[in-house]
Amino acid sequence: MPARSPADRSDPAVRSAVRTAVSVSVATGLYGVSFGALSVAAGLDVPQTMALSLLMFSGGSQFAAVGVVGAGGGIGAVVATAGLLGARNGLYGVQVAPLLGASGWRRLLAAHLTIDESTAVATAQPTGAATRAGFWWTGAGVFVLWNAFSLLGALLGDALGDPRRYGLDAAAGAAFLALLWPRLSGGDPRATRIVRVVAVAAAVLALALTPVAPPGVPVLAAAALAVLVGALDGGPRGAGEPGDDGRDAAPVVTP
Amino acid sequence: MSRLAVWWAVLAASVVVLATKVAGHLVPRALLERPRVVRTAALVTAALLAALVAVQTATTDGALVLDARVAALAVAAVALLLRAPFVLVVLLAAATAALLRWLGLP
Repeated sequence: MPARSPADRSDPAVRSAVRTAVSVSVATGLYGVSFGALSVAAGLDVPQTMALSLLMFSGGSQFAAVGVVGAGGGIGAVVATAGLLGARNGLYGVQVAPLLGASGWRRLLAAHLTIDESTAVATAQPTGAATRAGFWWTGAGVFVLWNAFSLLGALLGDALGDPRRYGLDAAAGAAFLALLWPRLSGGDPRATRIVRVVAVAAAVLALALTPVAPPGVPVLAAAALAVLVGALDGGPRGAGEPGDDGRDAAPVVTP
Repeated sequence: MSRLAVWWAVLAASVVVLATKVAGHLVPRALLERPRVVRTAALVTAALLAALVAVQTATTDGALVLDARVAALAVAAVALLLRAPFVLVVLLAAATAALLRWLGLP
């Protein structure tokens, strides 16, 4: 890991990280309109919708939660489904905590802001300063815009009508693809090849399990598959040599 | 569920998700400085994103569904190949789905 330097606006890597953070925040925040609208359509009121966006603050878990409420599920089903989908945030925390080096209340705040987008932007940065800038700008940016647009979506609710009419459901898949895309290419050919195979296998597994498994489980099964591959993979030849700190396997995101 | 029950569900699920996030940040560092762990974490992230792409694009309520979202994802992939920025990729996908549905596709 490169030597730490203070976040500096003249640092091109930091500026690039902030630019990425802003565009990711805007794209994700806009998607919050569909969450707010779908939540109200599922039978939650505006305060309940906002409690999810403010306290849970994890898109996948929030969509899962309102989906179960809308389908008539009970409290246990809501908690289990949202919790299962939120398990990946724990893995993200494991990944970003040592990169951030936060302590005290900042650590708690960092934990709350640990989501798909902040993790993806942070782990894609080339330097420590850019990693921290990417995480905090994305986390804070998505939090503010996600909540603002959740509120807008909830208030517009019925007026907006079917979010599908505006293609908002398709925007979700595209956003995840855009986050995945840069991870499918990169420096080390061996690591890249494994990531590609695991990504395709994960998608196929999730689709295969969807008709038979409860909501959230197909995505978690994909994570389990990746853990299994990671455990069985011995790593590149010469692992342990200087420079093999694992960063070579970290995803690379270009804005 | 009653309004009160929905509140309990919202708060309990939020606590579980937040507790998971905090737990992730409290895992000892020594465990993380191993290349295998970092490689595995990167694989997990890619696998989850790929699974989310698949589930968000081709499933509805626990069933496999092929509709305008698939075409929208294809447009997004082309945009990514052409190195379009994130926002443009997402907007093009939404516009594609909206247009196809306006034309009468599911």
